Amino acid sequence: MTDTPAIELKGISKAFGPVQANKDISIRVMPGTIHGIIGENGAGKSTLMSILYGFYRADRGEIFISGKKTEIPDSQAAIRAGIGMVFQHFKLVENFTVLENVILGAEEGRLLRPSLAKARKTLRQMAEEYELNVDPDALIEDLSVGHQQRVEILKALYRQADILILDEPTGVLTPAEADHLFRILDNLRSEGKTIILITHKLREIMEITDTVSVMRRGEMTATVKTAETSPEELAELMVGRKVLLRVDKKPAIPGETVLSVEDLRVTDDDGVERVKGIGFEIRRGEILGIAGVAGNGQSELMQVLGGILSGTGRVRMLGEEIALSGARSDGRSRRRKSIAHVPEDRQREGLIMEYTAWENTIFGYHDDPKWRRGPLMNNAAIVEEAEGKMQRFDVRPPNPRLAARNFSGGNQQKIVLAREIEQNPDLLLVGQPTRGVDIGAIEFIHQEIVRLRDQGAAILLVSVELDEIMSLSDRIAVMFDGRIMGFRDPAQTDERELGLLMAGIEGEPGEADWKAVDRQLEQKTAEVAAEKGH
Amino acid sequence: MDRMPAWADVVLIPLISLLLAAILSALVILAIGENPVEAFALMWNGTVMKSSGWGYMLYYATNFIFTGLAVSVAFHARLFNIGGEGQATLGGLGVALACLYIPWPHWSLAIIGSCIGAAAFGAAWAFLPAILQAKRGSHIVITTIMFNFIAAALLNYLLVGVMKPVGSMDTATAKFPEPTHLPTFRDMFSTAETIMFRGAPANVTFFVALLACLAVWLLLWRTRLGYEIRAQGFSESGARYAGISPTWIIVVTMLISGGLAGMMAVNTTQGEAERLILNMTEGAGFIGIAVALMGRNHPFGVLLAALLFGFLYQGGAVLALWTSIPRELIVVIQALVILFTGALDNMVRIPLERVFMAMRKREA
Amino acid sequence: MTLMTKFLGAAAAAALMTGAASAEPALIYDLGGKYDKSFNEAAFNGAERWAQETGGKYLEIEMQSEAQREQALRQFAEAGANPIITTGFQMSSPLAEVAPDYPDTKFVTIDGWVEQPNVHVIGFTEHEGSYLVGMMAGMKSESGTVGFIGGMDVPLIRKFACGYAQGVKAANPDAKIIANMTGTTPAAWNDPVKGSELTKAQISQGADVVYAAAGGTGVGVLQAAADEGILSIGVDSNQNHLHPGKVLTSMLKRVDVAVYEMMMAGENLEPGIQILGLAEEGVGVAMDENNASLVTDEMTAAVDDAKAKIIAGEIKVHDYTTDDSCPALTF
Repeated sequence: MTDTPAIELKGISKAFGPVQANKDISIRVMPGTIHGIIGENGAGKSTLMSILYGFYRADRGEIFISGKKTEIPDSQAAIRAGIGMVFQHFKLVENFTVLENVILGAEEGRLLRPSLAKARKTLRQMAEEYELNVDPDALIEDLSVGHQQRVEILKALYRQADILILDEPTGVLTPAEADHLFRILDNLRSEGKTIILITHKLREIMEITDTVSVMRRGEMTATVKTAETSPEELAELMVGRKVLLRVDKKPAIPGETVLSVEDLRVTDDDGVERVKGIGFEIRRGEILGIAGVAGNGQSELMQVLGGILSGTGRVRMLGEEIALSGARSDGRSRRRKSIAHVPEDRQREGLIMEYTAWENTIFGYHDDPKWRRGPLMNNAAIVEEAEGKMQRFDVRPPNPRLAARNFSGGNQQKIVLAREIEQNPDLLLVGQPTRGVDIGAIEFIHQEIVRLRDQGAAILLVSVELDEIMSLSDRIAVMFDGRIMGFRDPAQTDERELGLLMAGIEGEPGEADWKAVDRQLEQKTAEVAAEKGH
Repeated sequence: MDRMPAWADVVLIPLISLLLAAILSALVILAIGENPVEAFALMWNGTVMKSSGWGYMLYYATNFIFTGLAVSVAFHARLFNIGGEGQATLGGLGVALACLYIPWPHWSLAIIGSCIGAAAFGAAWAFLPAILQAKRGSHIVITTIMFNFIAAALLNYLLVGVMKPVGSMDTATAKFPEPTHLPTFRDMFSTAETIMFRGAPANVTFFVALLACLAVWLLLWRTRLGYEIRAQGFSESGARYAGISPTWIIVVTMLISGGLAGMMAVNTTQGEAERLILNMTEGAGFIGIAVALMGRNHPFGVLLAALLFGFLYQGGAVLALWTSIPRELIVVIQALVILFTGALDNMVRIPLERVFMAMRKREA
Repeated sequence: MTLMTKFLGAAAAAALMTGAASAEPALIYDLGGKYDKSFNEAAFNGAERWAQETGGKYLEIEMQSEAQREQALRQFAEAGANPIITTGFQMSSPLAEVAPDYPDTKFVTIDGWVEQPNVHVIGFTEHEGSYLVGMMAGMKSESGTVGFIGGMDVPLIRKFACGYAQGVKAANPDAKIIANMTGTTPAAWNDPVKGSELTKAQISQGADVVYAAAGGTGVGVLQAAADEGILSIGVDSNQNHLHPGKVLTSMLKRVDVAVYEMMMAGENLEPGIQILGLAEEGVGVAMDENNASLVTDEMTAAVDDAKAKIIAGEIKVHDYTTDDSCPALTF
């Protein structure tokens, strides 16, 4: 190892209008190391990486690559400087093969064939070297998310990147896939590649990085050796105050059955059955967590219960059967049955982004007579209500006249939660409550959900964050391919067992070798893909 | 983060667009050998400087307010109602039936009847495209356009045969009876010694149009239905989550939109022609789209944009009367304004946003 | 009050500024526009002929909207134009409204009907002219099937069609008449492509002579007929020369002559009702070297005979617009 850093940023500053996104930031990343950048949403991580990848130009500051001062006016320059980037949202051509995607934009000569042949050879080499195995002739749309991500990494490596930037890479992966990714990163590190990992997950930082920088409000608050810090310390550096990382909750005291579901089935518009006959019960004072990799029917389950999709089967709410199709199965009817719904996608469903916060605080409950004044709406009363809700849920800024899109993800989520929780529902459906939400807000949101439970509500929680399922749920159901693979007690299970179930494997937990799991996982996802594609 | 202050969006962009359109129009006039300054002075003197000019301007504006509101209301539910022509045509039929076959004692009652007739017939004409969109997914742009043709053919059939007085060459119904005639601005504002708004067709319907602006504003921003219409327009998935029935919103929004378009006929048919004539919509249904675009789909904006288009129409007539600028070029000038204010919005917006960003940076 | 005086002052200023010389005649074209290859263009040609012969100037305007009709009448009247000539029946109603306000101005309506002391009404007996060309079509047709293609479906065009059908039946009682209208909007006056399509459709039904009373649309009818080797009949002005030897004849309607004469008369015009028929040469059939080879002596004789009888009142051609019905044709 040399003393020359692979990347060195000196005094980088960038402002968007009055907003200072990056303030005088300096980092040194040594070659052959993994450097984590952690921070809340809007802390300036993505801006910094965009500057490094040539999407933005810094107002001030200098970039050195391997000791050489480098100008990066665009992404082509970044690639020439040996920088590769794996985005959160993949930039792959869905109906191209892996090979075609890898050489796209890096073709040599006018003929495609020699490029393809060369790429095939390189790909095989890299697969062996880094455990980056992907079928070069598979179409992207048939690949699992984890494999698509590998293609992105391959693309970068094929362009001879020595520095790899990964933006929130595990957000879409199963625990097994995430684990595999980390092994790949580990291999890359031993080959001397430099990796920058952007994440908000403390566990990942602790697991894989050598050094870590914490960003808060555009500034770099600390850079430390991972071995010399703790998750608690990092969380405090990120948020600026002490944060409780575990959910503090008393044991559940389940009461009467609120929701009982039997043989529930949902078929989508393409005629594919998404929920394949599932059944469960939730009782008062209980949180049932549904774990699973995204796309295994959890969303459809939430939507049919929330009155957005129709389905078949038998669903009873406090003993009374509720309609699963027809006019009486819409969201309005569900709300009348005291079912509140915090949808998975708050921007598409839970909120009208163009509406102000006050308009959003009654969304779905807007036909309540208490918001009416003659033929008109009582806007003043709604604004007042919104002010109260925003205060109680610590929505920032507490300005009800601001459009929803002007709030950060966490504050948007709080607006939705405030609306749904303050209805005091008997049943709360809550999907991905902390997706894209800052650590500080996560703590608050978890507390609110637990508080509602303690008041006697039944709660159905869907999340792809296994940590969240583990820490919030009183019982866990794992969904795979539209079915419930099994129920587990969070106190008596672990991530590995759940991970197996999430991959559709019922085996002996603890004995499974991760490589075997991974192979089975690939097989299963290929099956699912084949079924979808048929 | 908003890129520029709201006042710039509402005031500056339309003004700059207008200015650009004016410059281009001036070049067009110059190219055919006329004097643009004189032409503009003529337009100005023939509209704003004369009460009869105002009378015409407000008459045209009344039409555009109704059709502009119709397009705006539909647009808030993200429905593009191109059928204003057809709905106004049917509205005319409603007005004619109300005026011809009901013996009204006084115009004040007649106008209520004809407004209801116009709105009901216009709404009915919008109902079928709406239900086809809601239930079958037939695109409302296509169906409303087709319904324009059907409406034209229907009116033609009625006015060439069924409703035309026997022996008349004119493709029109009989003249409406005296008590249904609406007071014009001349009747309302002239005093014994001075006659105002002489010969101009502006009539009491203008005030109905102003009321309609207010009603649409209340509907969209102060009622539950308006709340649901806008929610559906912003996010269909969001509306579904909230339990808002898309079918209901599509149908009811189109009924309101069609009704508004239909009410335009009260102005042209009862207010001006005092009989139902074949060409009564005069393209106002289409101009309504431009008016709504320029008015940013806000009733107040629609009012202002309608006044501007009223000015252009009356100004165009003055040009046609006193210059040798051909009719086609007057249409070109009007089209330039539509193009700049409606379609080429971003051409002005983006550079202007840059200017504001730069200014802000300097301050920061 | 100050506002009002301002308005009035401005109005006066505007009137001064426009300052049109008095007693210039004015011509108001209908919505078809002055280059419609038909009715309005004929009016324009008449006015141009007057301008060339006398060196005079005239005011003109093409209508853009219904509301402009009254406005144009008033503006011209206030500017001192005299006489003010209007074309098209749709001017009747506004004219009836405006004329009493300007008793010193003479107005002329061509095709309209206004009963006012200062309005001169000019009408044409299009049904009689059409009757004559119908006779020629009936005699010339070998298939026994003839066609009629109208522009926009309005009573005036039905009047043409009805007269034509009566003429055809008079020549050949067994003849079949296929009548089509191009459309129901003003666009139908200027749609040669549709005219051509309709012609081909009529040919496929056996028609071998078609009469186009359709403004600019007729150009397409005549073209299609010439291409397909059948005969056509033009309208309004003499269109025989468009396809020599392939246009059987044209039904003349001398709007140009009417406008020319009105302008010649100027301010001294004596208002009244003037029906221009066969006797006055206001309507007629076009005979020239272009169609000489098509017209047999027998046909000429028959037409001349019928014309004489119509003028004498021995043959009564039914006018559709009197009772909205036609004995020879159903619409």
